[in-house]
Amino acid sequence: MSLSLKKQKMPEQDPKVRAKNFAEVALGYSAGDAALEAARCLQCKNPLCRQGCPVEVNIPEFIKHIKDGDMDAAIGSIKNFNSLPAVCGRVCPQEEQCEKHCILAKKGEPVGIGRLERYAADYARNKGETVKPVAYKADAQKVAIVGAGPAGLTAAGDLAKMGYQVTVFEALHLPGGVLMYGIPEFRLPKEIVQAEIDNLRKLGVEIAVNAVIGQTFTVDELMEEEGFNAVFIGTGAGLPHFMGLPGENLNGVYAANEFLTRCNLMKAYRFPECATPIKVGRKVAVVGGGNVAMDAARTALRLGAEKVYIVYRRSEEEMPARKEELHHAKEEGIEFRLLTNPVAVLGNDEGWVKGLRCVRMELGEADASGRRRPVEVPDSEFELDVDVVVIAIGQGPNPLVQSTTKGLETNRKGNIIADAETGATSKPGVFAGGDIVTGAATVILAMGAGKKAAVAIDRYLKDKKNR
Amino acid sequence: MYKILEKQELAPSVKLFVMEAPLIARKAKPGQFVILRIDENGERIPLTIADFNREKGTITLIFQEVGASTRQLGRLNAGESLLDLVGPLGKPTHIEKMGTVVCIGGGIGIAPVYPIARGMKEAGNKVISIIGARSQDILIYEDEMKAVSDELHITTDDGSKGHKGLVTHVLQQMIDAGTKIDLVMAIGPVIMMRSVAEVTRPYGIHTVVSLNPIMVDGTGMCGGCRVAVGDENKFACVDGPEFDAHLVDFNGLMARQRMYKPNEHDASQRCARHGGEGECQCHSH
Ligand SMILES: Cc1cc2nc3c(=O)[nH]c(=O)nc-3n(C[C@H](O)[C@H](O)[C@H](O)COP(=O)(O)OP(=O)(O)OC[C@H]3O[C@@H](n4cnc5c(N)ncnc54)[C@H](O)[C@@H]3O)c2cc1C
Ligand SMILES: Cc1cc2nc3c(=O)[nH]c(=O)nc-3n(C[C@H](O)[C@H](O)[C@H](O)COP(=O)(O)OP(=O)(O)OC[C@H]3O[C@@H](n4cnc5c(N)ncnc54)[C@H](O)[C@@H]3O)c2cc1C
Ligand code: SF4
Ligand code: SF4
Ligand code: FES
Repeated sequence: MSLSLKKQKMPEQDPKVRAKNFAEVALGYSAGDAALEAARCLQCKNPLCRQGCPVEVNIPEFIKHIKDGDMDAAIGSIKNFNSLPAVCGRVCPQEEQCEKHCILAKKGEPVGIGRLERYAADYARNKGETVKPVAYKADAQKVAIVGAGPAGLTAAGDLAKMGYQVTVFEALHLPGGVLMYGIPEFRLPKEIVQAEIDNLRKLGVEIAVNAVIGQTFTVDELMEEEGFNAVFIGTGAGLPHFMGLPGENLNGVYAANEFLTRCNLMKAYRFPECATPIKVGRKVAVVGGGNVAMDAARTALRLGAEKVYIVYRRSEEEMPARKEELHHAKEEGIEFRLLTNPVAVLGNDEGWVKGLRCVRMELGEADASGRRRPVEVPDSEFELDVDVVVIAIGQGPNPLVQSTTKGLETNRKGNIIADAETGATSKPGVFAGGDIVTGAATVILAMGAGKKAAVAIDRYLKDKKNR
Repeated sequence: MYKILEKQELAPSVKLFVMEAPLIARKAKPGQFVILRIDENGERIPLTIADFNREKGTITLIFQEVGASTRQLGRLNAGESLLDLVGPLGKPTHIEKMGTVVCIGGGIGIAPVYPIARGMKEAGNKVISIIGARSQDILIYEDEMKAVSDELHITTDDGSKGHKGLVTHVLQQMIDAGTKIDLVMAIGPVIMMRSVAEVTRPYGIHTVVSLNPIMVDGTGMCGGCRVAVGDENKFACVDGPEFDAHLVDFNGLMARQRMYKPNEHDASQRCARHGGEGECQCHSH
């Protein structure tokens, strides 16, 4: 049998249909698809793919198990490295990571590693996973995790398995972080995130929601009064950046975080059955070119907007969004206004958005980073007729822990300074990882940071006990 | 689940809940707020902590029924529970001995001004309070305010109690009479706070207001609560909710609070009921 140069196609909802619903776009491999795709892997002795994975999943091993039809072994192998495979299989930028390094990518398409990972994880979830609670020793030490995003949840799971008594403190009413409030249902069904969280609870991790650290408790109080021996901070990205445009505070201008939170966490698309409202624009402009911008644009479309624009000041080449998501957005009918920069949001007499004034850009000289800088084309201003504008140009760190914790060093941007290998901060017993340290990054990097910190916390607590 | 221990009706459509919330009560300070959710489909509703009792582990919330969610809240009874309650959120009021502090509360805004007045009094200030409402029957917290104030002035729009007119009239009279004022603290409808700011501005009297823009998370994540203060955008949930009144863009704030008007089925009816002239006031504290 000659092996295909191409990946098995991912079955997807038809673009016309899915643009009107919030159900998942990619439907997942069938057993047949998975077997064919697994057979493409060459089982390299020196698997380059692993070098591309931040947590070094043993890729050939789990794929071999899929090929052999031993699904329990496949999921077991993945879970030794990655505690959230159903999530990572869906949202990892594989084309930049594992799959980029796959040997097959030299001649054709790489092995669909993410798709196989997703297949194995979905198989296990549908079958019903059994989670054995950890048996704590009476003298188990206590670890507090601040923030229930991928970094915090991973650290929590690993530490619980090591025998620590773990409590996760989460500010919102639901754990999951960006996986719950940011990434939309049609890319990552919330049921999957919920299943992972339920498993952690079954394991014995306590998750306290509605607990804002820095307010309800400070980090110092957790350690001095509540008896926690160590703390991991994974509070993620926070305050969104705005552009400082005239009219940016008009009604109808959202930061992507608010727009997505209303829709994902608060289920505004089911208003009024769910009580949180959202302004459904007739025509919507989303400013930015990353994953967040794609998610906001596709969400606006599904809410019922007639027309949705992506406004981005560079060209498609420079867009940081995943290629797959860009492609999906185009298929669904999102209109791309590239080399275009907004200069003002225009309002009507009642303080509502009625348009976005933009200027065209062209790529000029390369800057220090080698990227060609966009420069304005003189006299090229024009107006986009829109009634909602979503700003998705990035965000700063969540501020509450840093501003209330003595002795916790931060950098100029306000991110917590932590050792890249251990997550150790300037404050003894306090570790940190994920977006709060690196700035907005990826799910798998946040998980990797949580994993490393769990190992370092274990070492720290053992050293301290033996001293 | 967070239990409602006690419920009172302070005025038509103004209700008081005493909530069981030991963790919040332990930390609460004047000027801070909570966010609650009634049930699984509920929105996140921010309310100021009107009082707290650390020993009993309770907090008091006072709210006006202005829309679907606050009306649903008002239908709950003692013994029932809220699904979510988080706090204390926001920065506490800066309380220290300053001399004479004028505490102004308008309408439902009297409730959040009360713990501040009490704190200011305890810190050794002379506290002069001015509380106002449209009419006597919707004036709340009169006795409580009296207990923590050296002087209490009452105003009603219709003259049914106290001075007929607005809280700003009494404030202006005080200034004209030469009263030395070190701080004015004002909480109420946005237009009231804007008027107070205009009264004190020419005299350079330090004036602080507590803002209530629309919020979602309340932790500095969504950016929805942004308000222009001076040349900057501030996030009321983490940078506030209190700001220097002379720097706040009140008009922008007022416009943003109307964001979800078109979503409400009964907005016009409500405004008529509250009798706001021109400007609808029901969207404020
Ligand atoms: C719209 C969107 C789309 C994205 N798409 C992708 C993608 O396709 N692929 C990918 O790899 N990455 C994607 N990312 C990035 C990825 O989601 C993040 O890098 C990742 O979630 C970071 O994880 P974290 O654990 O550090 O923080 P977060 O996920 O941000 O979680 C932090 C948690 O801490 C809580 N918290 C904050 N402050 C406090 C406090 N004081 N007390 C208690 N709790 C607190 C927050 O409520 C939150 O639940 C996307 C991000 C967004 C916003
Ligand atoms: C920090 C803070 C403290 C507050 N303290 C109190 C208080 O102590 N007592 C009290 O009665 N009210 C208070 N409010 C206002 C209260 O939160 C709103 O009246 C309530 O959310 C209205 O909800 P609704 O659905 O019943 O009304 P609707 O008018 O139907 O609301 C529609 C939407 O607009 C939002 N919204 C409407 N008005 C406001 C507003 N004034 N502030 C914030 N969001 C609003 C709601 O979140 C909702 O999404 C406070 C608001 C903030 C931000
Ligand atoms: S975790 Fe992400 S990068 Fe690693 S193998 Fe899985 S999909 Fe690839
Ligand atoms: S590099 Fe590609 S072919 Fe080789 S083991 Fe990894 S996935 Fe299989
Ligand atoms: S309410 Fe979301 S940032 Fe303040």
